[in-house]
Amino acid sequence: MSKELIRLVNCSMAFDGELVLDNMNLYFNDSEFLTLLGPSGCGKTTTLRIIGGFITPTSGEVLFDGVRMNDIPPHQRQVNTVFQRYALFPHLNVFENVAFGLRIGRTEEKEVNGKKKKVKVRIPQDEIRERVLEMLEVVSLKGFENRRINELSGGQQQRVAIARALVNRPKVLLLDEPLGALDLRLRKDMQSELKRIQQQMGITFIYVTHDQEEALAMSDTIVVMDQGKIQQIGTPEDIYNEPKNAFVADFIGESNILDGIMHEDYVVEFFNRKFKCLDKGFAPMEPVDVVIRPEDIDIVPPEKGQLRGVVTSVTFKGVHYDTIVDFKGFKWLIQTTDYHPVGETIGIILNPDDIHIMHKSQYSGMFGDYSSYSEEYEEMDDVTMLDEEEEGSSREGGNEE
Amino acid sequence: MKNKRSLFAVPYVVWMALFVVAPIIMVVIYAFTTAAFDPTMGNFTGMGVYLSIFTRSFELAIIATLVCLLIGYPISYMMAKEGPGFQRVATVLIMLPMWVNFLLRTYAWMSILENNGLLNQFFDAIGLFDLINAIGAQLADDPSQYVPITYFRMIRTQGAVVLGMVYNYLPFMILPIYSVIVKLDRSLMEAAQDLGANSVTVFRKVILPLSLPGVLSGVTMVFVPAVSTFAISRLLGGGTHMMLGDLIEQQFLGGAYNPHLGSAIALVMMIIVVVCMWVMNRFGEGEEQAVML
Ligand SMILES: Nc1ncnc2c1ncn2[C@@H]1O[C@H](COP(=O)(O)OP(=O)(O)O)[C@@H](O)[C@H]1O
Ligand SMILES: [Mg+2]
Repeated sequence: MSKELIRLVNCSMAFDGELVLDNMNLYFNDSEFLTLLGPSGCGKTTTLRIIGGFITPTSGEVLFDGVRMNDIPPHQRQVNTVFQRYALFPHLNVFENVAFGLRIGRTEEKEVNGKKKKVKVRIPQDEIRERVLEMLEVVSLKGFENRRINELSGGQQQRVAIARALVNRPKVLLLDEPLGALDLRLRKDMQSELKRIQQQMGITFIYVTHDQEEALAMSDTIVVMDQGKIQQIGTPEDIYNEPKNAFVADFIGESNILDGIMHEDYVVEFFNRKFKCLDKGFAPMEPVDVVIRPEDIDIVPPEKGQLRGVVTSVTFKGVHYDTIVDFKGFKWLIQTTDYHPVGETIGIILNPDDIHIMHKSQYSGMFGDYSSYSEEYEEMDDVTMLDEEEEGSSREGGNEE
Repeated sequence: MKNKRSLFAVPYVVWMALFVVAPIIMVVIYAFTTAAFDPTMGNFTGMGVYLSIFTRSFELAIIATLVCLLIGYPISYMMAKEGPGFQRVATVLIMLPMWVNFLLRTYAWMSILENNGLLNQFFDAIGLFDLINAIGAQLADDPSQYVPITYFRMIRTQGAVVLGMVYNYLPFMILPIYSVIVKLDRSLMEAAQDLGANSVTVFRKVILPLSLPGVLSGVTMVFVPAVSTFAISRLLGGGTHMMLGDLIEQQFLGGAYNPHLGSAIALVMMIIVVVCMWVMNRFGEGEEQAVML
């Protein structure tokens, strides 16, 4: 059913000799919502710019429908982009921004008298008008046609940028952190709206974000990237439940990651104790990373637990408590709806499907220990205090006016 | 806080009052009075005789402004687009002449454009005149009547005056346009490309309209001094093509000493220039609107 539209083959990109994308192999299917997810600087924008045609990969191939596109300039590619900071034309109103692509005639190959000729095709005025208004309705901006760009809020500019790209009916839409500049509420609204638009139009979205929640909520496929390399490709469930390495496990949601040894299929040892698990196919006695999601852990009275630890910090997070528990010097994050005060000794039970086993990787030992957790919170407190101070000083600035 | 800020503004206000507002008031008073400072309109009613000077000044200034725009825009565009190397070289080349005194620069042009000046000597050296004369003699009905040329007449023409103005005022066209183009957001051009625009269309639909503010201020900065220019026309136009600046200068410093008439002429010129600028800025805004619609 799903047809492949775009493929990157062994794509590498270097700026000034510094490798930014390292041998990317990736394909994009028709009508798919695919998200490139990774920390800032991992090469997401670079990947999009290669697909959009703004840069040419140092090596490797970009294929559209199997045809090599490396040297085709952006204006001849059948993809459109929603830029990171919208890049709306300030000298045009909303209508003209959206109509921009339609007003540009496209050259198409046509048979004229039996000969193939390049013909410039222009869209008639009333069709342009119809399509622009229709698209403004899709993005809920009906009635804003004559507004100037600087009269719009961030969310509205965002919608104009989406309409401007979509009105050209591209097969593939590239979106570079389109919701990054919006506040949380608006971001959530726009997430579902974008998903709705994508399904309604039935086109491929290649979506870039560093926000894992956003990626999980919207995507059909997530590509997790770090340092110019693809770490894992899969559905949101795959990525969350079966992270391939410690980086993915840590980046997608919270994880406790500990050293373990795989004794045999379905048996793993950590904290000098054997646990049943669902993973197999590892070498006997292979050292592994063990991932345990904080929300999977059940807290029980100490005498009933497989492991016993002492609560060292509790933070109320609305739906649940973030409880940090010290197990023999190794601190875990446990999320429960029950309150356990600091100093209480608790037991935990791990079911086989709560335990995920990963091969060791370059990321082993870098993530998954919550010893520094409380300090993180203090740092965050500092940040908010700084914010308040800044606000205070800007208020003073206001008085000067 | 308010007081502190206005305190800092005091020198500026004094400066403005002393050197901008006061002279204008004086010009107005002079324009409407006789030599004995009796009120009169006579300075204006008799101005008709200078009509040809008015039209010539505005004509030449408009031509010079257009030439500056035609030369300046591509240079500004290239400076903004090319790498920093080109940018630096171009900036130095443009600024260098401005460090030389205005009169010196114009004198230099005199010696270049003179009938036996550098340029004509150069044409002679490469045999241009011999070539023209040979062809001319061939084409003439009566070769014996043909008068061979030994130089091009370049100095003491309106063309020389325009050249002098363009040379002097070109930087004032380039710099504002450059500074607007160089600040344009690159992503706007990428967005246009993304929407199917080739480089010509990107220029026409994005760069050009967004650089109009720079063009407007460049045109203003060239046109205003060009209208009131003096010395250039005297030195390069050979005095045969008097311009408003020269006329006014004569009333204050020259033999025709009459500061009251000079003030009146200056006032009329100022009003015409202000009206021109106002119309142009309106037009500029209109342009933006037109693009929008
Ligand atoms: N034009 C460029 N010149 C030099 N380095 C660049 C350029 N574009 C991106 N980079 C570098 O490539 C890396 C990846 O950048 P980018 O793709 O923008 O990351 P992301 O979008 O994932 O945050 C960064 O280290 C960045 O500094
Ligand atoms: Mg980016």
